[in-house]
Amino acid sequence: MSKYIIKRLLIMIPTLMLITMIVFGIMCLTPSSPGRVILGEKADQAAVDELNQRLGVNDPFLIRYFNYLKGILKGDLGNSYRSNRPVRDDILLRLPNTLILTTAAIGLALLIGIPIGVLSAVKQYSVYDMLGTTFAMFMASVPTFWLSLMAIVLFSLKLKWLPSNGLDSFRHFILPTVTLALGAAASLVRLTRTTMLETIRQDYIRTAYSKGQSPGIIIFRHALNNALLPVITSAGMQFGGIMGSAVVLEQVFAINGIGTMITEAIRMKDIPQAMGCSLVLSFLFMVIMLAVDLLYAFIDPRVKARYVKG
Amino acid sequence: MNYAKIQEAFPQTTEYKKKSQLPEMWRRLKKNKTAMLGLAIIVIILLAAIFADLIVPYSLAVEQNPSARLKGPSSEHWFGTDAYGRDIFARIIHGARFSLLTGIAAVVVGFILGGVLGAAAGYYGGIADSVIMRILDTIMCIPFLVLALAIVAALGTGLVNVLLALMLSSVPTYARIVRSAILTVVDQDFIEAARACGTPNSVIIFKHVMPNAIGPIIVQTTMSVGMMIKDAAAMSFLGMGIQPPSPEWGAMLSEGKSYMMYAAHIVVIPGLAIAVTALALNLMGDGLRDVLDPRLKD
Repeated sequence: MSKYIIKRLLIMIPTLMLITMIVFGIMCLTPSSPGRVILGEKADQAAVDELNQRLGVNDPFLIRYFNYLKGILKGDLGNSYRSNRPVRDDILLRLPNTLILTTAAIGLALLIGIPIGVLSAVKQYSVYDMLGTTFAMFMASVPTFWLSLMAIVLFSLKLKWLPSNGLDSFRHFILPTVTLALGAAASLVRLTRTTMLETIRQDYIRTAYSKGQSPGIIIFRHALNNALLPVITSAGMQFGGIMGSAVVLEQVFAINGIGTMITEAIRMKDIPQAMGCSLVLSFLFMVIMLAVDLLYAFIDPRVKARYVKG
Repeated sequence: MNYAKIQEAFPQTTEYKKKSQLPEMWRRLKKNKTAMLGLAIIVIILLAAIFADLIVPYSLAVEQNPSARLKGPSSEHWFGTDAYGRDIFARIIHGARFSLLTGIAAVVVGFILGGVLGAAAGYYGGIADSVIMRILDTIMCIPFLVLALAIVAALGTGLVNVLLALMLSSVPTYARIVRSAILTVVDQDFIEAARACGTPNSVIIFKHVMPNAIGPIIVQTTMSVGMMIKDAAAMSFLGMGIQPPSPEWGAMLSEGKSYMMYAAHIVVIPGLAIAVTALALNLMGDGLRDVLDPRLKD
């Protein structure tokens, strides 16, 4: 198993390099000059050209890319054009807020989505099934940022129950976490329902019922384990979507996270900051997918045997 | 295949008529009430977008009227007015054009590019398959909105760059669907027979192999349009997409959020428009999935 983990970590390296090349390539398309962004619109053109030369802007693409890659390997994501602070330091300051928000959201999505999906499957075509699928369909269609605005209007402005911005206390977390979680829960409900329906029709489930085993044990000990595998993969994939939604939600709730950092960087054309944030978020997503794959092995011994066999 | 030549060569065979499956599919789709509801809503939105100028003048959607700021729904302004006195109903109707155009264009271009790449990867296999799928998998590793923001950061805001970002995010999905469909049939005898007859590869791919992928592609396309509309709205909400005063639904939400304490209708209505459009497309997509699934045919 440890060989498989090492193998996956090694495979991540070329993928990460490809991600850095794609993001760097996209950023190189920007027509604005870093010298102009740093020195301002009124700066002398000669000074701007000299600064661009010093920053290596006129070097060939591959030279610039390898210099950037060298920096990444040393943990250096460059300096922000606006503040001249290391991008790494700003990211480390803001990353915990985004991580706490997205992790809590995916956890809540699983807590909401799986039970509703199981209930919909077990009570297929009943009123519970109809409510579950309606909830899933509605939440899948509603934009998360609009849902968060509606939540602010109702719970913060009208009822005054919860705060509408910041992350100073547990109460501040409730609205952003719940609105992020509901969108992800929608697809988890549908997937859990589908996989549970397939699983409870299997012969071994019929055998368990005919032996007189209680429905609760059959559903939660026998059926759910097998039904959960695709759901866990989906939850891992949802993490990418939740990170994207968190970028928008941090604007709505004025949260000082990676999302606000990347949107500010784009508005101010602070390319090193925008690139650093993109790379960190992509790297996090890859780590989550690796964790999901490894979790598979703990849940399903057949998968573990396959990994060990190589 | 030239059926006339086959009949000429083998006159004793019974006449072969290609039967269209569309009437049967339509009959099965009509039985699904939620899918028909979704279809009806989409048709209404499409007609509203196409005939927007006949329903309400564009000037009402963009011209400011300070004396009518932040008014609630009334007989004069069915959906009320926004912070600049512009009629929200007019902005919703004309905004449908931007939203549907963005969603459909991004999906169509994504399908064409993704389809070509997936077809090449699946049909030729080997190094081509490895290289293409490795690059597309890497793109999928970057969260969509992060990739879209990176593109907008480089190229600037506006409709074209939003479309480029959305299209790029849909290419890997279509490539995978087409590649899967091709892999299921590429080793079958009828493909080998077509190659043996000297049929060009492009004809084999588009005439014999691609029809296997039509079902999943149609379902994915229908649901992707809804996702693209939401994603485009999210980008406009962040100020990275279509810029004011264009009546785009996401931009309306962005402009209205500062005033939602006094006039909640400014954010409720555009958001409902996005949600209803996406819901209708999802309902239709679910219905089409059931219709196109051969296991549910009988």
